[in-house]
Amino acid sequence: MNKKSKKHTLLRLIKYITSYYKVQFIIILFAIILSSVCHVYGQSFLQTLIDDYITPLIGVENPIYTDLWQAIGWMAFVYAVGVITTFLYSRLTVNVSQGVLKIIRDDMFHHMETLPIRYFDDNNHGDIMSYYINDTDALREMISQSIPNCVANGIIIIAAFIAMLFLNVYLTIVIVIGVLFMLTLARFIGKKSSKYFIARQKTVAKVNGYIEEMIDGQKVIQVFTHEDEAKKNFDILNEELFENTKNANTYANILMPVMSNIGYLIYVVIAILGGFIAIKFNLSIGVIASFLLLTRGFTMHINQLSQQYNSIALALAGANRIFELIDEKSEENNGKVTLVHAIKNEDGSLKVSSTYTGLWAWYNPDNDSLTELKGDIQLKSVDFSYVEGKKVLEDISLYAKPGQKIAFVGATGAGKTTIANLINRFYDIQDGIILYDGIDIKQINKNDLRKSLGMVLQDVNLFTGTIMENLRYGRENATDEECIEAARLANADKFIEKLPNGYDTIITDNGDNLSQGQRQLLAIARCAVSNPPVMILDEATSSIDTRTEKEVQEGMDKLMEGRTVFVIAHRLSTIRNAKAIIVLENGRIIERGNHEQLIEQKGKYYQLYTGAFELE
Amino acid sequence: MIRQIIKSVREYKNKSILTLIFITLEVFLDVLIPILTTKIIDNGINVKDINTVLTIGIILIFVSLFSLLFGWLSGKYAAVASSGFAKNLRHDMYYKIQDYSFSNIEKFSSSSLVTRLTTDVNNLQMTYQMLIRIAVRAPLMFIFSLFMVFTINSKLSLIFLVIAPILGFLLFYIANRAHPLFESVFRTYDDLNNSVQENVRGIRVVKSYVQEETEIKKFNSVSSKIYKNFMKAEKLVVLNTPIMRLCIYTSIIIISYIGSKFVIGGTLTTGELTGVITYAAQILNSLMMLSMIYVTCIISIPSMERIVEVLNETPTIRNSNKKLTEVKDGSIIFSDVSFAYTKDKNVLKNINLNIKSGEMIGIIGGIGSSKSTLVNLIPRLYDVTSGSIKIGNVDVRDYDIKSLRDSVAVVLQKNVLFSGTIADNLKWGNKEATIEDFDRVCKIACCDEFISKFPDGYDTYIDQGGTNVSGGQKQRLCIARALLKHPKIIILDDSTSAVDTKTDAIIRKSFREKIPDVTKIIIAQRISSIEDCDRVIVLDNGEISAFDTPDNLLKSNKIYQEVYYSQTKGSDLDE
Repeated sequence: MNKKSKKHTLLRLIKYITSYYKVQFIIILFAIILSSVCHVYGQSFLQTLIDDYITPLIGVENPIYTDLWQAIGWMAFVYAVGVITTFLYSRLTVNVSQGVLKIIRDDMFHHMETLPIRYFDDNNHGDIMSYYINDTDALREMISQSIPNCVANGIIIIAAFIAMLFLNVYLTIVIVIGVLFMLTLARFIGKKSSKYFIARQKTVAKVNGYIEEMIDGQKVIQVFTHEDEAKKNFDILNEELFENTKNANTYANILMPVMSNIGYLIYVVIAILGGFIAIKFNLSIGVIASFLLLTRGFTMHINQLSQQYNSIALALAGANRIFELIDEKSEENNGKVTLVHAIKNEDGSLKVSSTYTGLWAWYNPDNDSLTELKGDIQLKSVDFSYVEGKKVLEDISLYAKPGQKIAFVGATGAGKTTIANLINRFYDIQDGIILYDGIDIKQINKNDLRKSLGMVLQDVNLFTGTIMENLRYGRENATDEECIEAARLANADKFIEKLPNGYDTIITDNGDNLSQGQRQLLAIARCAVSNPPVMILDEATSSIDTRTEKEVQEGMDKLMEGRTVFVIAHRLSTIRNAKAIIVLENGRIIERGNHEQLIEQKGKYYQLYTGAFELE
Repeated sequence: MIRQIIKSVREYKNKSILTLIFITLEVFLDVLIPILTTKIIDNGINVKDINTVLTIGIILIFVSLFSLLFGWLSGKYAAVASSGFAKNLRHDMYYKIQDYSFSNIEKFSSSSLVTRLTTDVNNLQMTYQMLIRIAVRAPLMFIFSLFMVFTINSKLSLIFLVIAPILGFLLFYIANRAHPLFESVFRTYDDLNNSVQENVRGIRVVKSYVQEETEIKKFNSVSSKIYKNFMKAEKLVVLNTPIMRLCIYTSIIIISYIGSKFVIGGTLTTGELTGVITYAAQILNSLMMLSMIYVTCIISIPSMERIVEVLNETPTIRNSNKKLTEVKDGSIIFSDVSFAYTKDKNVLKNINLNIKSGEMIGIIGGIGSSKSTLVNLIPRLYDVTSGSIKIGNVDVRDYDIKSLRDSVAVVLQKNVLFSGTIADNLKWGNKEATIEDFDRVCKIACCDEFISKFPDGYDTYIDQGGTNVSGGQKQRLCIARALLKHPKIIILDDSTSAVDTKTDAIIRKSFREKIPDVTKIIIAQRISSIEDCDRVIVLDNGEISAFDTPDNLLKSNKIYQEVYYSQTKGSDLDE
């Protein structure tokens, strides 16, 4: 992060704070200023107390204490104000920092949900997650601690500096030189420290990677009795981590003693110089004494201020990442054509209905027309590339009439899954056109388009909640009976009923407690509940063993009945009965036809089918 | 528990003690400094005595230079000691894990072991450093400062005997109350993490079911919960600063009030009065430090518990006393073997098998029929719950584990290649293997062809998890790696599922021809992978349904028939 963007991020953050908590923010600033003034005033008043109120009374017989008591009373009052303002700003800061954090988190998530799939495909998931916790936490520390600290220290430093200038310009120059020296040294140590911290971070990643790989392969290690080598390699990395941690921490640890002791050295220099000046130029002793007191405070607070540097830099880097996410461009959704309930008039034409009728239609506001939702899909010379210049799909044309089952076959990377990504507009095509019931899908509202397409993917994602809630994911108002029926269709009912809590079993960690096959069955059932006219099954049964698959197949056949289905499958037995099988290679269609036709062709499909060719 | 952990300090004990010594010295000097800084004004400047200014100034320079030196040294040794301690902890845990059996590993799960080795150790490292640095500094500071006040004026020091306990009580009360609140914040963080993770990972599902609004609602409720819990905790914790100030200010006022009487009465100098006030701040600040250490310690207790769990786990499989190193041949006898992962839930029941050395045996059965479990018992990856297994007519438990596993090569279902070259990976089978050995086994496992196509041949680099070779290639490399061990028994646990049927058949053929004396056990989903075996075990729900030649099974066994007919030969590419 460069200086300019740091400043920019800071300003934006402050804008964020002030737009929601303007009054509180201003009160906090005032309270901080007042509390630091009280703190400093209280400290310096002590000298006044001694010089003006106590010293005159020394040796006086029957001293009159009234003035002294009044002075102490005044000091107590100042301190009381100090305590109250400290309480006030500390307490308000909690409101502001927690409140802003909540707003930022919610904004982030809200915005994240609108981002296109590309964002999630291109960014490391761990990184995205760390925005929500690590980066916002760094922000919290900055808002609740660093900023108040900086303001308080800053005020005191400025006040002390002005006071020092008034007292003696030359001595002030000496102090400034001393402080500059102190800061340069701090920077030097800080740089060293951060150099080792970066090295340490890298080794940490290396060690974590090694541990993860080895612990994951621990069973292989045992089978090959490879324990000793694993230990030896671990020790080497462990030693490296130790070296870097040691150095990084050493520099971090010595910063404090170096800074504060240099502060004392500056103090001594001023004391000696001040002493000489006082005696030689007959300067007031009081001036030098006050100056010395200020010197201590000055260096101490500079020291404290510089301690904030690291945490502020860290928080700003985090804030920058958060703003980057918030600035990420949302997925556009300009389609005007929407999905509506419809009823058929006697003459066969369609009419919009306000209630569920079982019949759906596409409503186009431009010409006020209704088209029945049937599930007719057509791709016409579609080209697509994820990265410009690297075509993943080229000149793909195909159609699926309502109720037809179309299968895609091809090696990994041939472009099968990409086609699925294009139909529901996870990605937009570069060239060509995709029609849904004759309507260009770019004109259809994305939400409605997606509602009309069911997807079952190889990697099943379930959500925390009961099995029933997961089944209902696609259609919130589905009844329990409908969900159970869908589960039966997918053959998922058997294992669900065996679970201790049946349909009320809570799923956590993406269904960690279920097998991959069981999770796939749930995903199929979930899709069945949402009841879409078009379904895309991307390796939906890959983890179900062949015996179970036979049972699932019946349910799947029932599920597919009357729907347009796109199937991507590795296992050719799954797709044998497809209306058309499309063989893809390097983003192009190389063969198409039904099973018998393709076998007869004796081409790629034939080779795959007879096992002469390996798919992966 | 603490004693168990502290053992890992070992050679860094000296450095830890040095840290303590230097910190003691540093604190001692730090306590002197305020008195010198006031003396320089009182005795020097105020009386225009430049000599005193010089003398005290020089003393102060020396004191602060030494304080700097000790601070530097203590900081350095604290860093060495704490990172050394962490290094030893990681070492001890990792070595311990190497002794774990499969069931030990499964008990923890590998992801949890990773967290314990990384995050938890890191937490303890920070706590340790904090302890050796501040746990000494704070009490010393407290005692030294109190002592200084006492020497200046014993009556004034009584003030602290009242205020310090009150402040201490308040600080620890807050820490104790806040800690559980913070724990609940961290638990809610898990929910937040979970919610984000589900959405990031499952964004395709969210979008295709158009559930963005619901997900946002769910997230908002989690983030509100964090907000509420965090507010509760922080509201309490922010009381610390005003309370600190209140106590310090109160002491200053009381000291000024009482002290001024002493000064006027002539029993205290003005310089001494300011000195006492300076020490007041130090005394009360040290209490603050103590409460901070207290909080850090309670936070790190769970980490400590998790680490101790790893260190105290007893490996379930250990060498017996006999430790036989010679495995005579590859014959295997199962007598009345039952096995349960968890008590009373037998997944294998009454298994009796007699396999001759050199036979090729197939195993089929549906998911959950315990095929893998059956073969894992042979090299003692698990121990039988009852019954016995003999190899070369000796109970497997009487062999030295290393010798046994070197003789029984299992190609696991969950194949793992490690980052490194192909040669590095193959050498897992035999460290001293030569290129000729590589060629021989790669030919049997049908790797020769694709390896020769790689420009770097055996030196081709395999990425972590073996992601840059195809599934079929990975499986074949794993078979070659196992063959390098010169095993008496080789077990393929569904290890050719991604290999095409033709190559699969070639591998089996070369098994027969090149390693005729080795007992071969093949688990497969695909009927074509086992139909040319000598005999096939049909497992059903942990029991042997039949054990016979493939021809006989096709005639008599219902399960075998069902699988056979569902897979018209060659129709299946996967599994």
